[in-house]
Amino acid sequence: LALYFHTGEREEKCIIEDIPSETLVVGNYKVQRWDIHTHDFLESAPGLGMFVTVTSPTGEVLLSKLYGPQGTFTFTSYISGEHIICFQSNSTRFAVIAGSKLRIHLDIRVGEHFLDESAIQAKDKVNEVNVRLENLIEQIHHVTREQDYEREREEKFRKTSEETNSNILWWAIVQTLILISVGIWQIKSLRDFFISKKLV
Amino acid sequence: CRVRVAVRVAMPGAVRTLCLAALLGALRAGGTELTLELPDSAQRCFHQELESDVKFTLDYQVISGGHYDVDCYVEDPNGKTIYQETKKQYDSFSHHTEVKGVYTFCFSNEFSTFSHKVVYFDFQVGDEPPILPDMNNRVTALTQLESACVTIHEMLKAVIDSQTHYRLREAQDRSRAEELNGRVSYWSVGETLILFVVSIGQVMLLKSFFTEKRPSSGGAGT
Repeated sequence: LALYFHTGEREEKCIIEDIPSETLVVGNYKVQRWDIHTHDFLESAPGLGMFVTVTSPTGEVLLSKLYGPQGTFTFTSYISGEHIICFQSNSTRFAVIAGSKLRIHLDIRVGEHFLDESAIQAKDKVNEVNVRLENLIEQIHHVTREQDYEREREEKFRKTSEETNSNILWWAIVQTLILISVGIWQIKSLRDFFISKKLV
Repeated sequence: CRVRVAVRVAMPGAVRTLCLAALLGALRAGGTELTLELPDSAQRCFHQELESDVKFTLDYQVISGGHYDVDCYVEDPNGKTIYQETKKQYDSFSHHTEVKGVYTFCFSNEFSTFSHKVVYFDFQVGDEPPILPDMNNRVTALTQLESACVTIHEMLKAVIDSQTHYRLREAQDRSRAEELNGRVSYWSVGETLILFVVSIGQVMLLKSFFTEKRPSSGGAGT
């Protein structure tokens, strides 16, 4: 029941995830190929795989693996920032020639903690409310991490604004000084020129 | 609590109620939020299969790029456009589905020739009433601890939503601030250069008016 979108055979589609550090990201995807004979998307195409590449904000590649037509990938961010998740199929056919396209179903969850099913079904030995509470604590940790990240970004934002402010002031002063000095030079230069030409 | 659990019949009462609550919680809000980059003159479409009589909400916001605006339209399975806006910075659209089928929503940057946009959207499906009122009809009531759990979970979800909202606004403002900073720097340097060029050029030009190439100097006069 997930969202899906279409893409060309060899096209790379990327999505951006702006996340704090130490955050777990889980992605589910399913890819289908268009079949020109049945005019529909095949339920499963043999040999069709998907390259999933995850790049960290510093450009370092966190994950680069080839998965099958359906799969789950996870990664944990080390640095906070914009992580880029890219999908590209390993198809060797060219879209123009084959006239086909791909349908990618995608579901990405950030910072959530799925309860271990085995823990719930561990008969009544496990205290269910205990497990629930742990889930809530994980959610609160996620909120805290996001807040720390927000604090970092606000600092960067404030630095940029202050830099702009001082830039404007400094350049205005410099330009005014240049204007005055160039004006003086102009008059002096012209006066000397006219004197030398015996016009004055 | 997003718990993927199959509710088995032969389970003790307390565990079953907890699992049921958790399952209802999982059914409550399915949704996807994605941030994507829209190159200039491009359109990106997304599709989702929905049942009829389901409420869905689409929130979107442009985070960076150009004038921070994007075109968006939503179509129902019959091809009818149920929502269309041009050059919007952010908006929230809710709809109660009447037809079962595949709903499409697209973001278009076709009006822009050189600025690529970063767009965030959040597509939420389902907005059933809160879990607690449903529990009144059951035989065993939720214990205080369980209901406190549910309440805290709901509030945390609201906190996370609010955080996302502020994160997006901050990202957009920071993008504008950085753009402003860049513009100030470039234009300042440019203006200074132009200042020098123009002023030196003026003097040169004036001097050249009074400098004759002919041997008899016109400036001497009679």
